Amino acid sequence: MTPPTADVMDATTPAPLRERPPASVYGPVAWMRANLFNGIFSSLVTLILGFLILYGLYGFIEWGVVNAVWSVPRTATGALDPTSCRLVHGLGACWAAIGDKWRFMLFGRYPYGQQWREALCLLLFIGLYWVSADRRFWRRELGLIWVATLVVIFTLMWGGVLGLSYVAQDEWGGLPITLILATFGLALAFPLSVLVALGRRSTKLPAVKMLCVVYVELIRGVPLVALLFMANVMFPLFLPEGVNIDKLLRAQIAFILFAGAYLAEVVRGGLQALPKGQAEAADALGLTYWQKTMRITLPQALRLVIPPLVNTFIGFFKDTSLVLTIGILDFLTTSKTAMADPVWQGVSTEIYIVVALVYIAFCYTMSSYSRGVERTLDGARNR
Amino acid sequence: MRLNLTLTGTLLAASLLAAAPAFAQGSGSATLDAVKARGVLVCGVAGAVPGFSLPDSQGVMRGLDADSCRNVAAAVFGDPSKVKFAVTTTQNRFTALQSGEIDLLVRSTTWTLSREGDLGLLFAGVNYYDGTGFLVKKALNVKSAKEMDGATICVQPGTSTELAISDYYRVNKMKFTPILIQDLAEIQNAFLSGRCDAYSTDSSALATFRATQTNKDDFLLLPEIISKEPLGYVVRKGDDKWFDIVRWTYFATVAAEEMGVDSKNVDTMLASTNPDIRRLLGLEGTLGKSLALDSKWAYNVIKQVGNFGETWDRNISVLGVPRGINAVWTKGGLHYAPPLR
Repeated sequence: MTPPTADVMDATTPAPLRERPPASVYGPVAWMRANLFNGIFSSLVTLILGFLILYGLYGFIEWGVVNAVWSVPRTATGALDPTSCRLVHGLGACWAAIGDKWRFMLFGRYPYGQQWREALCLLLFIGLYWVSADRRFWRRELGLIWVATLVVIFTLMWGGVLGLSYVAQDEWGGLPITLILATFGLALAFPLSVLVALGRRSTKLPAVKMLCVVYVELIRGVPLVALLFMANVMFPLFLPEGVNIDKLLRAQIAFILFAGAYLAEVVRGGLQALPKGQAEAADALGLTYWQKTMRITLPQALRLVIPPLVNTFIGFFKDTSLVLTIGILDFLTTSKTAMADPVWQGVSTEIYIVVALVYIAFCYTMSSYSRGVERTLDGARNR
Repeated sequence: MRLNLTLTGTLLAASLLAAAPAFAQGSGSATLDAVKARGVLVCGVAGAVPGFSLPDSQGVMRGLDADSCRNVAAAVFGDPSKVKFAVTTTQNRFTALQSGEIDLLVRSTTWTLSREGDLGLLFAGVNYYDGTGFLVKKALNVKSAKEMDGATICVQPGTSTELAISDYYRVNKMKFTPILIQDLAEIQNAFLSGRCDAYSTDSSALATFRATQTNKDDFLLLPEIISKEPLGYVVRKGDDKWFDIVRWTYFATVAAEEMGVDSKNVDTMLASTNPDIRRLLGLEGTLGKSLALDSKWAYNVIKQVGNFGETWDRNISVLGVPRGINAVWTKGGLHYAPPLR
């Protein structure tokens, strides 16, 4: 669509009377006729799919809203009485279970009275993502903001200073664990992956190249669960008795190594896609290796691989839930633990729905943001 | 000596907790010295088994295993809250104990020969005598597992239950069709919807499941318990003093129930003239000293956590599981404490 040119918009010429287009070519009815009821077959498909969608929606609303139990009474002793939930089992949702369990799902075994600290950490994380996503903040100071925010986050989580009580890492749990693992995993794995990708393409340093190839192939050849087990089950046996490296840190390192190997291959793909002339031109200008890499090849390569990068990011965000295999309570695990409560036995669909919504919120934000970045950068390239 | 490099703020440094093994001259138990120096007992639990260890809505660990940990903390520190629960999985539980990450493991873990012989572990006590059972619908009209030839049975793959059933059926020359489902909620749904005739797992879990159904009288727990699953306290080999502390803490709770001492009457019991009770509560003798503990160690356990029966009622009875063989020996059960003197 071309924007109206200046002379059309000129105030001296009166705007031509705009005729309303006929309803048969413009408007919702026309759109439906063109797209949904375009022939017998298309109409049939529309009707069948429409029926199925409405039927499913009706079933969901009946289950999730009409027949749902939103709260349950307490017995004389103060315990929750889930009888009403059990009576509607299979017919209606038991949202009362979420009402009882949401704090445990979000914050795990963090001391109940201190859970505001974890809540604050969640907000800080989201704020950090938000600031980092804004191009106006893409400056050197952003690094300082990250360091400052992370210091605040870990001070809040650990406590022990400023009058905050100390909370051992074992008691952390829920969504903050997921965000810590994902944020650190990806924030540290990304620079690592760039270095590895550059190393693997290096022609002058065969030893470094070999090391990078071995690293990538070794880590990629092993399932993430196996790496986590290594970090959690085998590694402590090599240490003298009584010497323990924090479990979360061990998992985090395994995670960074794993994500690094995958991202390295994505970045290498981008570097390979660049026309050779770019690097040659930089060489001809007499740029050093790092000038060439930082100013010419890498920015273009990374721009090319935004979709697969984000793909890997989203995959790893969800893979953080694998830490349940080594006894770290991330968001999915705390939610599943909440399901094990005998009071709420049978309430699993409701909890899974809530978990899915939270994961979708994060993953969808990531993917729609990446589409936005692609558009902006594409615009810059097409200029 | 203990080197503690905890620096809050930096992930790396703060996460390094290096503690050199405690030197002798203390209690003679490296584990006890380490626990005391740390100020908290680290106890490995499952963290996801109702009745044994499961965080409540406020994130506080509840259950028989959790209270067993609290017993030991109360005996050592006189304060049951000085315990840190480490959530372990079936895969990493023994490594965590061997590597010293946890001081004690109470994770519904079955006492077997190979675990003691091969893994360097010791079972210091049994807090639950469990076993594999069968749950059927009453409509099936089955009164005994012996009548279940050709039945389809829902069971979790890779568990000791699966082994126990196939052994049982082979011994009795019967056939069955296993339906293997990993996920707990799914396996229960499969049983409820009639995909299998029987649901088999530890009888404690079956009783819990039955008790939480609205139509619980439609289900029947068959009388046969086809395997022995004594679950209990596990410690590392090589620290006999620590083993003693854990084992006698358990015995003290059982002895208290045998003698009728509980958390409510323990203070009036201090005036008792019964020499057994006076020894248990540390009024006579040097039992505490023999364990390198405070003379009031058992009093603290009973007062603050309760005797064995109280712990049981609080965690297991509420799930609708009958006491059965888990009663004290005076009531026909298996829990028996040697004399504390």
